Amino acid sequence: MSLINAENVTFEYIRRDKDGAVEGINRAVDEVSITLEKGDFIAILGHNGSGKSTLAKHFNALLHPLEGTVYVNGYDTRDEGHLWDIRQTVGMVFQNPDNQIIGTVVEEDVAFGPENMGIKSREIWERVVRSLKSVDMYEFRKDSPQRLSGGQKQRVAIAGVLAMQPQCIVLDEPTAMLDPQGRREIIDAVTELNRKEGITVILITHYMEEVLNANKVFVMDKGRIVMQGTPRQIFKHADELKEIGLTVPSAALFAGELRKRGIEIPDGILTTEELVKEICRSLRII
Amino acid sequence: MFRDITLGQYYPADSYIHRLDPRTKITVTFLYMISIFLIRDIWGYLVAFIFLAFMIRISHVPVKFMVRGLKGIFIILIFTAIFNVFFTPGEVLFSIWKLSITREGIRVAVRMVIRLVFLVMGSSIMTLTTTPNNLTDGLEKIFRPLKRFKLPVHEIAMMMSIALGFIPILVEELDKIMKAQSARGADFENGRLSVRIKTMIPVLVPLFVSAFRHAGDLATAMEARCYHGGDGRTRMKPLRYGKQDYAAYTVAVLYLVLVIGIAVML
Repeated sequence: MSLINAENVTFEYIRRDKDGAVEGINRAVDEVSITLEKGDFIAILGHNGSGKSTLAKHFNALLHPLEGTVYVNGYDTRDEGHLWDIRQTVGMVFQNPDNQIIGTVVEEDVAFGPENMGIKSREIWERVVRSLKSVDMYEFRKDSPQRLSGGQKQRVAIAGVLAMQPQCIVLDEPTAMLDPQGRREIIDAVTELNRKEGITVILITHYMEEVLNANKVFVMDKGRIVMQGTPRQIFKHADELKEIGLTVPSAALFAGELRKRGIEIPDGILTTEELVKEICRSLRII
Repeated sequence: MFRDITLGQYYPADSYIHRLDPRTKITVTFLYMISIFLIRDIWGYLVAFIFLAFMIRISHVPVKFMVRGLKGIFIILIFTAIFNVFFTPGEVLFSIWKLSITREGIRVAVRMVIRLVFLVMGSSIMTLTTTPNNLTDGLEKIFRPLKRFKLPVHEIAMMMSIALGFIPILVEELDKIMKAQSARGADFENGRLSVRIKTMIPVLVPLFVSAFRHAGDLATAMEARCYHGGDGRTRMKPLRYGKQDYAAYTVAVLYLVLVIGIAVML
Protein backbone atom coordinates (compact mmCIF):
# COMPACT_ATOMS: atom_id res chain seq x y z
CA MET A 1 0.00 0.00 0.00
CA SER A 2 1.35 3.38 -0.86
CA LEU A 3 1.62 6.06 1.80
CA ILE A 4 -0.25 8.75 -0.07
CA ASN A 5 -2.36 8.14 -3.11
CA ALA A 6 -4.09 11.09 -4.74
CA GLU A 7 -6.45 10.23 -7.57
CA ASN A 8 -7.74 12.87 -9.99
CA VAL A 9 -7.81 15.54 -7.29
CA THR A 10 -9.64 18.70 -8.28
CA PHE A 11 -10.15 21.74 -6.09
CA GLU A 12 -11.75 25.08 -6.81
CA TYR A 13 -11.76 28.35 -4.93
CA ILE A 14 -15.02 30.15 -5.43
CA ARG A 15 -14.93 33.93 -5.33
CA ARG A 16 -18.14 35.56 -4.17
CA ASP A 17 -19.22 39.18 -4.27
CA LYS A 18 -20.83 41.04 -1.34
CA ASP A 19 -24.22 39.39 -1.82
CA GLY A 20 -22.77 35.92 -1.94
CA ALA A 21 -23.33 35.43 -5.66
CA VAL A 22 -20.57 33.52 -7.44
CA GLU A 23 -18.22 35.95 -9.10
CA GLY A 24 -15.72 33.55 -10.50
CA ILE A 25 -14.30 30.09 -10.04
CA ASN A 26 -10.62 29.54 -9.69
CA ARG A 27 -9.59 25.99 -10.40
CA ALA A 28 -6.53 25.69 -8.16
CA VAL A 29 -5.91 21.97 -8.60
CA ASP A 30 -6.99 20.26 -11.78
CA GLU A 31 -7.15 16.45 -11.93
CA VAL A 32 -3.85 15.75 -10.25
CA SER A 33 -2.80 12.19 -9.50
CA ILE A 34 0.25 11.48 -7.36
CA THR A 35 1.38 8.31 -5.65
CA LEU A 36 3.92 8.39 -2.85
CA GLU A 37 5.79 5.45 -1.37
CA LYS A 38 7.38 5.30 2.07
CA GLY A 39 10.85 6.83 2.15
CA ASP A 40 10.33 8.96 -0.94
CA PHE A 41 11.68 12.48 -1.20
CA ILE A 42 9.56 14.28 -3.69
CA ALA A 43 9.48 17.92 -4.63
CA ILE A 44 6.62 19.89 -6.08
CA LEU A 45 7.82 22.86 -8.06
CA GLY A 46 5.66 25.65 -9.27
CA HIS A 47 5.30 29.36 -9.66
CA ASN A 48 3.07 31.42 -7.32
CA GLY A 49 -0.53 30.47 -7.91
CA SER A 50 0.27 27.18 -9.60
CA GLY A 51 -1.82 25.33 -7.02
CA LYS A 52 1.06 23.59 -5.26
CA SER A 53 0.18 24.77 -1.75
CA THR A 54 -3.48 23.96 -2.29
CA LEU A 55 -2.51 20.47 -3.36
CA ALA A 56 -0.29 20.11 -0.29
CA LYS A 57 -3.16 20.91 2.06
CA HIS A 58 -5.01 17.89 0.65
CA PHE A 59 -2.36 15.51 1.93
CA ASN A 60 -3.33 15.94 5.58
CA ALA A 61 -7.00 16.67 5.25
CA LEU A 62 -6.79 20.42 5.76
CA LEU A 63 -8.67 20.61 2.47
CA HIS A 64 -10.93 18.02 0.91
CA PRO A 65 -10.92 17.48 -2.84
CA LEU A 66 -13.96 18.69 -4.79
CA GLU A 67 -13.57 15.73 -7.11
CA GLY A 68 -11.30 12.75 -6.84
CA THR A 69 -9.97 11.14 -3.66
CA VAL A 70 -6.88 11.33 -1.47
CA TYR A 71 -5.88 8.23 0.46
CA VAL A 72 -3.37 8.39 3.32
CA ASN A 73 -2.30 4.94 4.50
CA GLY A 74 -5.47 3.66 2.91
CA TYR A 75 -7.78 6.10 4.74
CA ASP A 76 -9.88 8.46 2.68
CA THR A 77 -9.15 12.02 3.88
CA ARG A 78 -12.89 12.73 3.89
CA ASP A 79 -13.31 10.09 6.60
CA GLU A 80 -13.81 12.17 9.78
CA GLY A 81 -13.23 9.14 11.98
CA HIS A 82 -9.60 8.87 10.90
CA LEU A 83 -8.90 12.61 10.71
CA TRP A 84 -6.40 12.58 13.59
CA ASP A 85 -4.71 9.41 12.30
CA ILE A 86 -4.19 11.15 9.00
CA ARG A 87 -2.84 14.37 10.51
CA GLN A 88 -0.54 12.32 12.70
CA THR A 89 0.76 10.37 9.72
CA VAL A 90 1.33 13.42 7.54
CA GLY A 91 2.80 16.38 9.40
CA MET A 92 2.96 19.82 7.86
CA VAL A 93 5.39 22.72 8.07
CA PHE A 94 4.20 26.07 6.76
CA GLN A 95 5.76 29.08 5.14
CA ASN A 96 5.71 31.72 7.86
CA PRO A 97 7.69 30.61 10.92
CA ASP A 98 5.94 33.13 13.19
CA ASN A 99 2.47 31.86 12.37
CA GLN A 100 3.03 28.28 13.43
CA ILE A 101 4.69 28.75 16.79
CA ILE A 102 2.25 28.21 19.63
CA GLY A 103 4.43 27.86 22.71
CA THR A 104 6.38 30.62 24.43
CA VAL A 105 9.34 28.30 25.07
CA VAL A 106 10.91 26.16 22.34
CA GLU A 107 10.37 22.84 24.14
CA GLU A 108 6.75 23.69 24.95
CA ASP A 109 6.09 24.47 21.33
CA VAL A 110 7.55 21.16 20.19
CA ALA A 111 5.36 19.41 22.78
CA PHE A 112 2.15 20.91 21.39
CA GLY A 113 1.50 18.13 18.85
CA PRO A 114 2.07 15.17 21.19
CA GLU A 115 0.02 16.95 23.90
CA ASN A 116 -2.91 17.11 21.51
CA MET A 117 -2.49 13.42 20.75
CA GLY A 118 -2.84 12.58 24.43
CA ILE A 119 0.65 11.13 24.90
CA LYS A 120 1.82 10.60 28.51
CA SER A 121 4.03 13.38 29.82
CA ARG A 122 7.13 11.23 30.27
CA GLU A 123 6.99 10.13 26.65
CA ILE A 124 6.35 13.69 25.50
CA TRP A 125 9.64 14.66 27.15
CA GLU A 126 11.48 11.87 25.34
CA ARG A 127 9.97 12.83 22.00
CA VAL A 128 10.71 16.52 22.48
CA VAL A 129 14.35 15.83 23.31
CA ARG A 130 14.76 13.44 20.39
CA SER A 131 13.08 15.75 17.84
CA LEU A 132 15.03 18.80 18.95
CA LYS A 133 18.27 16.84 18.71
CA SER A 134 17.51 15.58 15.22
CA VAL A 135 17.16 19.14 13.90
CA ASP A 136 20.12 20.28 15.99
CA MET A 137 18.13 22.69 18.15
CA TYR A 138 18.46 20.94 21.52
CA GLU A 139 20.61 23.64 23.06
CA PHE A 140 17.86 26.23 22.41
CA ARG A 141 15.14 24.22 24.20
CA LYS A 142 14.67 26.77 27.01
CA ASP A 143 14.75 29.83 24.75
CA SER A 144 11.87 31.96 23.62
CA PRO A 145 11.14 31.22 19.94
CA GLN A 146 10.99 34.94 19.21
CA ARG A 147 14.70 35.31 19.81
CA LEU A 148 15.62 32.70 17.17
CA SER A 149 16.50 33.39 13.55
CA GLY A 150 14.08 32.47 10.78
CA GLY A 151 15.97 29.27 9.95
CA GLN A 152 16.06 28.24 13.60
CA LYS A 153 12.34 28.92 13.99
CA GLN A 154 11.61 26.74 10.97
CA ARG A 155 13.77 23.97 12.43
CA VAL A 156 11.75 24.21 15.65
CA ALA A 157 8.60 23.91 13.53
CA ILE A 158 10.05 20.77 11.92
CA ALA A 159 10.86 19.38 15.37
CA GLY A 160 7.26 20.11 16.39
CA VAL A 161 6.06 17.94 13.54
CA LEU A 162 8.67 15.23 14.20
CA ALA A 163 7.52 14.94 17.82
CA MET A 164 4.23 13.60 16.46
CA GLN A 165 6.28 10.80 14.86
CA PRO A 166 4.77 11.16 11.41
CA GLN A 167 5.64 8.94 8.48
CA CYS A 168 5.62 11.86 6.11
CA ILE A 169 6.35 15.57 6.37
CA VAL A 170 4.90 18.07 3.94
CA LEU A 171 6.88 21.31 3.82
CA ASP A 172 4.91 24.10 2.19
CA GLU A 173 7.48 26.62 0.95
CA PRO A 174 9.42 26.39 4.22
CA THR A 175 12.22 28.60 2.94
CA ALA A 176 10.25 31.36 1.23
CA MET A 177 10.75 33.82 4.09
CA LEU A 178 14.32 32.87 4.98
CA ASP A 179 17.73 34.21 4.06
CA PRO A 180 20.14 31.99 2.06
CA GLN A 181 21.78 30.73 5.27
CA GLY A 182 18.41 29.71 6.74
CA ARG A 183 17.37 28.11 3.46
CA ARG A 184 20.43 25.92 3.43
CA GLU A 185 19.85 24.91 7.08
CA ILE A 186 16.32 23.76 6.33
CA ILE A 187 17.14 21.87 3.14
CA ASP A 188 20.05 20.12 4.89
CA ALA A 189 17.89 19.20 7.88
CA VAL A 190 15.12 17.84 5.67
CA THR A 191 17.51 15.85 3.48
CA GLU A 192 19.07 14.31 6.56
CA LEU A 193 15.70 13.32 8.01
CA ASN A 194 14.87 11.59 4.77
CA ARG A 195 18.18 9.76 4.47
CA LYS A 196 18.86 8.88 8.11
CA GLU A 197 15.39 8.37 9.55
CA GLY A 198 13.62 7.30 6.39
CA ILE A 199 10.90 9.92 6.73
CA THR A 200 8.96 10.58 3.57
CA VAL A 201 9.34 14.20 2.49
CA ILE A 202 7.19 16.33 0.24
CA LEU A 203 8.96 19.61 -0.39
CA ILE A 204 6.97 22.37 -2.02
CA THR A 205 9.00 25.24 -3.35
CA HIS A 206 9.68 27.55 -6.22
CA TYR A 207 13.43 27.52 -5.75
CA MET A 208 14.81 24.98 -8.18
CA GLU A 209 18.13 24.51 -6.45
CA GLU A 210 16.28 23.12 -3.44
CA VAL A 211 14.92 20.12 -5.31
CA LEU A 212 18.33 18.67 -6.22
CA ASN A 213 18.17 16.07 -3.43
CA ALA A 214 14.67 14.89 -4.32
CA ASN A 215 14.27 11.56 -6.03
CA LYS A 216 11.25 12.75 -7.95
CA VAL A 217 10.13 16.20 -9.00
CA PHE A 218 6.65 17.26 -10.08
CA VAL A 219 6.28 20.58 -11.85
CA MET A 220 2.91 22.28 -11.53
CA ASP A 221 1.40 25.02 -13.61
CA LYS A 222 -2.19 26.31 -13.52
CA GLY A 223 -3.28 23.48 -11.25
CA ARG A 224 -1.93 20.70 -13.45
CA ILE A 225 1.18 18.58 -13.30
CA VAL A 226 3.04 19.49 -16.45
CA MET A 227 6.28 17.59 -15.93
CA GLN A 228 7.61 14.86 -13.70
CA GLY A 229 10.88 13.03 -13.35
CA THR A 230 14.20 13.12 -11.58
CA PRO A 231 15.80 16.54 -11.10
CA ARG A 232 18.22 15.80 -13.94
CA GLN A 233 15.42 14.93 -16.34
CA ILE A 234 13.47 18.04 -15.34
CA PHE A 235 16.30 20.51 -15.67
CA LYS A 236 16.95 19.50 -19.24
CA HIS A 237 13.80 21.37 -20.16
CA ALA A 238 15.16 24.79 -19.21
CA ASP A 239 13.13 26.64 -21.82
CA GLU A 240 9.78 25.13 -20.88
CA LEU A 241 10.51 25.78 -17.20
CA LYS A 242 11.30 29.39 -17.94
CA GLU A 243 8.03 29.72 -19.78
CA ILE A 244 6.03 28.81 -16.66
CA GLY A 245 7.98 31.25 -14.55
CA LEU A 246 10.62 29.01 -13.00
CA THR A 247 14.32 29.64 -13.19
CA VAL A 248 16.70 26.79 -13.71
CA PRO A 249 19.81 26.85 -11.44
CA SER A 250 22.45 28.94 -13.15
CA ALA A 251 24.84 26.00 -13.56
CA ALA A 252 22.25 24.00 -15.49
CA LEU A 253 21.32 27.05 -17.55
CA PHE A 254 24.95 27.77 -18.36
CA ALA A 255 25.57 24.17 -19.40
CA GLY A 256 22.57 24.30 -21.68
CA GLU A 257 23.75 27.50 -23.36
CA LEU A 258 27.24 26.05 -23.87
CA ARG A 259 25.72 22.96 -25.44
CA LYS A 260 23.68 25.13 -27.80
CA ARG A 261 26.89 26.76 -28.95
CA GLY A 262 28.37 23.40 -29.85
CA ILE A 263 30.55 22.81 -26.80
CA GLU A 264 30.36 19.21 -25.70
CA ILE A 265 28.87 19.14 -22.24
CA PRO A 266 26.77 16.19 -21.06
CA ASP A 267 23.11 16.49 -20.06
CA GLY A 268 21.85 16.81 -16.55
CA ILE A 269 24.33 19.18 -14.92
CA LEU A 270 22.88 20.64 -11.73
CA THR A 271 25.58 22.11 -9.54
CA THR A 272 28.44 24.50 -10.08
CA GLU A 273 30.97 21.82 -9.10
CA GLU A 274 29.70 19.46 -11.79
CA LEU A 275 29.80 22.26 -14.34
CA VAL A 276 33.37 23.19 -13.47
CA LYS A 277 34.47 19.57 -13.77
CA GLU A 278 32.83 19.18 -17.17
CA ILE A 279 34.23 22.43 -18.53
CA CYS A 280 37.72 21.42 -17.44
CA ARG A 281 37.31 18.08 -19.13
CA SER A 282 36.11 19.57 -22.41
CA LEU A 283 38.95 22.10 -22.34
CA ARG A 284 41.45 19.28 -21.99
CA ILE A 285 39.94 17.57 -25.03
CA ILE A 286 40.43 20.72 -27.11
CA MET B 1 9.97 52.49 20.21
CA PHE B 2 7.55 49.70 21.09
CA ARG B 3 10.24 47.19 21.89
CA ASP B 4 10.21 47.79 25.62
CA ILE B 5 6.58 46.92 26.15
CA THR B 6 6.60 43.94 28.43
CA LEU B 7 3.46 42.24 29.50
CA GLY B 8 3.24 39.88 32.36
CA GLN B 9 6.62 41.41 33.33
CA TYR B 10 8.08 38.09 34.43
CA TYR B 11 11.28 38.35 36.46
CA PRO B 12 13.33 35.19 35.86
CA ALA B 13 14.96 33.81 39.01
CA ASP B 14 15.06 30.55 40.87
CA SER B 15 13.38 31.16 44.18
CA TYR B 16 11.02 29.35 46.48
CA ILE B 17 8.15 31.47 45.16
CA HIS B 18 9.10 30.89 41.53
CA ARG B 19 8.94 27.15 42.07
CA LEU B 20 5.45 27.21 43.57
CA ASP B 21 2.55 25.85 41.57
CA PRO B 22 0.74 28.72 39.81
CA ARG B 23 -2.51 27.60 41.43
CA THR B 24 -0.96 28.12 44.85
CA LYS B 25 0.22 31.58 43.93
CA ILE B 26 -3.15 32.60 42.51
CA THR B 27 -5.03 31.31 45.55
CA VAL B 28 -2.66 32.83 48.10
CA THR B 29 -2.74 36.18 46.28
CA PHE B 30 -6.52 36.04 46.36
CA LEU B 31 -6.52 35.28 50.09
CA TYR B 32 -4.12 38.16 50.66
CA MET B 33 -6.44 40.52 48.80
CA ILE B 34 -9.38 39.44 50.94
CA SER B 35 -7.32 39.86 54.10
CA ILE B 36 -6.51 43.45 53.22
CA PHE B 37 -10.19 44.34 53.19
CA LEU B 38 -10.72 42.70 56.56
CA ILE B 39 -8.12 44.85 58.29
CA ARG B 40 -9.41 47.58 60.61
CA ASP B 41 -6.46 48.91 62.58
CA ILE B 42 -2.74 49.50 62.63
CA TRP B 43 -1.92 46.01 63.98
CA GLY B 44 -3.65 44.37 61.06
CA TYR B 45 -1.71 46.53 58.62
CA LEU B 46 1.50 45.68 60.40
CA VAL B 47 0.84 41.93 60.01
CA ALA B 48 -0.07 42.41 56.34
CA PHE B 49 3.11 44.42 55.84
CA ILE B 50 5.30 41.80 57.48
CA PHE B 51 3.70 39.06 55.39
CA LEU B 52 4.25 41.08 52.19
CA ALA B 53 7.85 41.96 53.08
CA PHE B 54 8.58 38.30 53.83
CA MET B 55 7.16 37.22 50.46
CA ILE B 56 9.15 39.84 48.55
CA ARG B 57 12.24 38.79 50.47
CA ILE B 58 12.00 35.09 49.54
CA SER B 59 10.91 35.80 45.93
CA HIS B 60 14.39 37.19 45.10
CA VAL B 61 12.74 39.92 43.05
CA PRO B 62 14.44 43.28 43.66
CA VAL B 63 12.20 45.72 45.52
CA LYS B 64 12.68 48.30 42.77
CA PHE B 65 10.74 46.01 40.39
CA MET B 66 7.89 45.96 42.86
CA VAL B 67 7.95 49.74 43.21
CA ARG B 68 7.96 50.08 39.43
CA GLY B 69 4.57 48.36 39.42
CA LEU B 70 3.27 51.20 41.59
CA LYS B 71 4.15 53.82 38.99
CA GLY B 72 1.23 52.71 36.86
CA ILE B 73 -1.26 53.45 39.63
CA PHE B 74 0.40 56.61 40.90
CA ILE B 75 -2.33 58.86 39.51
CA ILE B 76 -5.04 56.63 40.94
CA LEU B 77 -3.31 56.84 44.33
CA ILE B 78 -3.21 60.63 44.22
CA PHE B 79 -6.85 60.86 43.21
CA THR B 80 -7.94 58.45 45.90
CA ALA B 81 -6.02 60.40 48.51
CA ILE B 82 -7.37 63.81 47.43
CA PHE B 83 -10.98 62.70 47.16
CA ASN B 84 -10.95 61.01 50.53
CA VAL B 85 -9.19 63.89 52.27
CA PHE B 86 -11.67 66.51 51.05
CA PHE B 87 -14.95 64.68 50.77
CA THR B 88 -15.19 62.65 53.94
CA PRO B 89 -17.53 64.26 56.44
CA GLY B 90 -16.39 64.53 60.03
CA GLU B 91 -14.47 66.71 62.49
CA VAL B 92 -13.07 69.65 60.49
CA LEU B 93 -9.38 70.29 61.05
CA PHE B 94 -9.07 73.30 58.77
CA SER B 95 -10.70 74.55 55.59
CA ILE B 96 -9.50 76.30 52.46
CA TRP B 97 -12.17 78.19 50.53
CA LYS B 98 -15.12 75.74 50.24
CA LEU B 99 -13.08 72.61 50.84
CA SER B 100 -12.45 71.31 54.30
CA ILE B 101 -10.09 68.69 55.54
CA THR B 102 -11.41 66.38 58.22
CA ARG B 103 -9.65 64.10 60.65
CA GLU B 104 -11.69 61.16 59.33
CA GLY B 105 -10.79 62.18 55.78
CA ILE B 106 -7.08 61.91 56.46
CA ARG B 107 -7.53 58.58 58.19
CA VAL B 108 -9.60 57.13 55.32
CA ALA B 109 -7.18 58.49 52.72
CA VAL B 110 -4.15 56.96 54.39
CA ARG B 111 -5.97 53.67 54.79
CA MET B 112 -7.07 53.57 51.13
CA VAL B 113 -3.60 54.38 49.86
CA ILE B 114 -2.03 51.68 52.02
CA ARG B 115 -4.61 49.17 50.84
CA LEU B 116 -4.03 49.97 47.18
CA VAL B 117 -0.25 49.76 47.58
CA PHE B 118 -0.54 46.40 49.33
CA LEU B 119 -2.94 45.09 46.69
CA VAL B 120 -0.70 46.05 43.79
CA MET B 121 2.48 44.83 45.45
CA GLY B 122 0.82 41.57 46.43
CA SER B 123 -0.39 40.82 42.94
CA SER B 124 2.88 41.88 41.36
CA ILE B 125 4.69 39.22 43.37
CA MET B 126 2.50 36.73 41.55
CA THR B 127 2.98 38.17 38.04
CA LEU B 128 6.70 38.75 38.53
CA THR B 129 7.37 35.17 39.60
CA THR B 130 5.08 33.30 37.19
CA THR B 131 5.45 33.03 33.41
CA PRO B 132 2.29 34.10 31.56
CA ASN B 133 1.85 30.57 30.24
CA ASN B 134 2.10 29.08 33.68
CA LEU B 135 -0.43 31.60 34.90
CA THR B 136 -2.98 30.64 32.23
CA ASP B 137 -2.32 26.96 32.96
CA GLY B 138 -3.05 27.59 36.61
CA LEU B 139 -6.21 29.55 35.84
CA GLU B 140 -7.37 26.79 33.53
CA LYS B 141 -7.00 24.20 36.25
CA ILE B 142 -8.56 26.32 38.98
CA PHE B 143 -11.61 27.11 36.89
CA ARG B 144 -11.96 23.63 35.43
CA PRO B 145 -15.00 22.80 37.62
CA LEU B 146 -16.87 25.63 35.85
CA LYS B 147 -16.82 23.48 32.71
CA ARG B 148 -19.87 21.77 34.12
CA PHE B 149 -21.71 25.04 33.61
CA LYS B 150 -20.72 25.06 29.94
CA LEU B 151 -18.00 27.65 30.45
CA PRO B 152 -15.27 27.04 27.82
CA VAL B 153 -12.44 27.13 30.37
CA HIS B 154 -9.78 25.47 28.22
CA GLU B 155 -10.59 27.64 25.23
CA ILE B 156 -10.39 30.85 27.27
CA ALA B 157 -7.02 29.82 28.74
CA MET B 158 -5.71 28.88 25.28
CA MET B 159 -6.88 32.22 23.88
CA MET B 160 -5.14 34.09 26.68
CA SER B 161 -1.83 32.34 26.16
CA ILE B 162 -1.99 32.75 22.36
CA ALA B 163 -2.86 36.42 22.78
CA LEU B 164 0.16 36.88 25.03
CA GLY B 165 2.36 35.13 22.47
CA PHE B 166 1.03 37.37 19.71
CA ILE B 167 1.83 40.65 21.41
CA PRO B 168 5.50 40.78 20.35
CA ILE B 169 4.60 39.70 16.80
CA LEU B 170 1.97 42.41 16.48
CA VAL B 171 4.30 44.99 18.03
CA GLU B 172 6.90 44.14 15.41
CA GLU B 173 4.25 44.36 12.68
CA LEU B 174 3.09 47.76 13.98
CA ASP B 175 6.66 48.99 13.94
CA LYS B 176 7.07 47.80 10.35
CA ILE B 177 3.84 49.43 9.15
CA MET B 178 4.68 52.73 10.87
CA LYS B 179 8.11 52.77 9.28
CA ALA B 180 6.59 52.04 5.88
CA GLN B 181 4.09 54.88 6.34
CA SER B 182 6.81 57.27 7.57
CA ALA B 183 8.90 56.42 4.52
CA ARG B 184 5.97 57.65 2.42
CA GLY B 185 5.70 60.89 4.36
CA ALA B 186 3.33 60.10 7.22
CA ASP B 187 4.04 62.20 10.31
CA PHE B 188 3.26 60.54 13.61
CA GLU B 189 5.12 62.94 15.87
CA ASN B 190 3.63 66.37 15.22
CA GLY B 191 0.25 68.00 14.92
CA ARG B 192 -2.80 68.37 17.07
CA LEU B 193 -4.33 65.37 18.77
CA SER B 194 -7.15 65.09 16.20
CA VAL B 195 -4.62 65.10 13.36
CA ARG B 196 -2.49 62.51 15.09
CA ILE B 197 -5.43 60.23 15.65
CA LYS B 198 -6.25 60.50 11.95
CA THR B 199 -2.73 59.50 10.97
CA MET B 200 -3.14 56.35 13.06
CA ILE B 201 -5.98 55.06 10.87
CA PRO B 202 -3.76 54.02 7.94
CA VAL B 203 -1.62 52.20 10.51
CA LEU B 204 -4.38 50.41 12.36
CA VAL B 205 -6.22 49.12 9.30
CA PRO B 206 -3.26 47.13 7.91
CA LEU B 207 -2.42 46.01 11.45
CA PHE B 208 -5.89 44.51 11.85
CA VAL B 209 -5.72 42.89 8.43
CA SER B 210 -2.39 41.30 9.25
CA ALA B 211 -3.60 40.21 12.69
CA PHE B 212 -6.45 38.32 11.05
CA ARG B 213 -4.08 36.75 8.54
CA HIS B 214 -1.72 35.69 11.32
CA ALA B 215 -4.60 34.25 13.29
CA GLY B 216 -5.93 32.30 10.29
CA ASP B 217 -2.51 30.81 9.57
CA LEU B 218 -1.99 29.91 13.20
CA ALA B 219 -5.36 28.17 13.36
CA THR B 220 -4.43 26.07 10.32
CA ALA B 221 -1.05 25.22 11.83
CA MET B 222 -2.71 24.19 15.10
CA GLU B 223 -5.18 21.98 13.29
CA ALA B 224 -2.38 20.39 11.31
CA ARG B 225 -0.82 19.48 14.65
CA CYS B 226 -3.95 17.64 15.74
CA TYR B 227 -5.36 20.39 17.99
CA HIS B 228 -8.96 19.58 18.79
CA GLY B 229 -9.76 21.40 22.00
CA GLY B 230 -9.02 20.39 25.56
CA ASP B 231 -10.56 16.90 25.48
CA GLY B 232 -8.01 14.11 25.62
CA ARG B 233 -5.17 16.60 25.73
CA THR B 234 -2.21 15.79 27.99
CA ARG B 235 0.52 18.12 29.16
CA MET B 236 4.28 17.90 28.95
CA LYS B 237 4.57 19.75 32.25
CA PRO B 238 1.44 18.82 34.19
CA LEU B 239 0.74 20.94 37.26
CA ARG B 240 1.39 19.00 40.44
CA TYR B 241 1.30 20.17 44.03
CA GLY B 242 4.49 19.56 45.96
CA LYS B 243 5.53 19.89 49.60
CA GLN B 244 6.34 23.55 49.14
CA ASP B 245 2.78 24.23 47.96
CA TYR B 246 1.23 22.69 51.07
CA ALA B 247 3.65 24.73 53.19
CA ALA B 248 2.63 27.89 51.36
CA TYR B 249 -1.05 27.15 51.85
CA THR B 250 -0.46 26.57 55.56
CA VAL B 251 1.39 29.87 55.96
CA ALA B 252 -1.35 31.70 54.04
CA VAL B 253 -4.13 30.20 56.16
CA LEU B 254 -2.27 30.99 59.40
CA TYR B 255 -1.81 34.56 58.20
CA LEU B 256 -5.49 34.87 57.35
CA VAL B 257 -6.51 33.50 60.75
CA LEU B 258 -4.20 36.01 62.42
CA VAL B 259 -5.66 38.92 60.47
CA ILE B 260 -9.22 37.86 61.18
CA GLY B 261 -8.30 37.32 64.82
CA ILE B 262 -6.92 40.83 65.14
CA ALA B 263 -9.95 42.30 63.39
CA VAL B 264 -12.37 40.50 65.69
CA MET B 265 -10.48 40.89 68.97
CA LEU B 266 -9.47 44.51 68.80
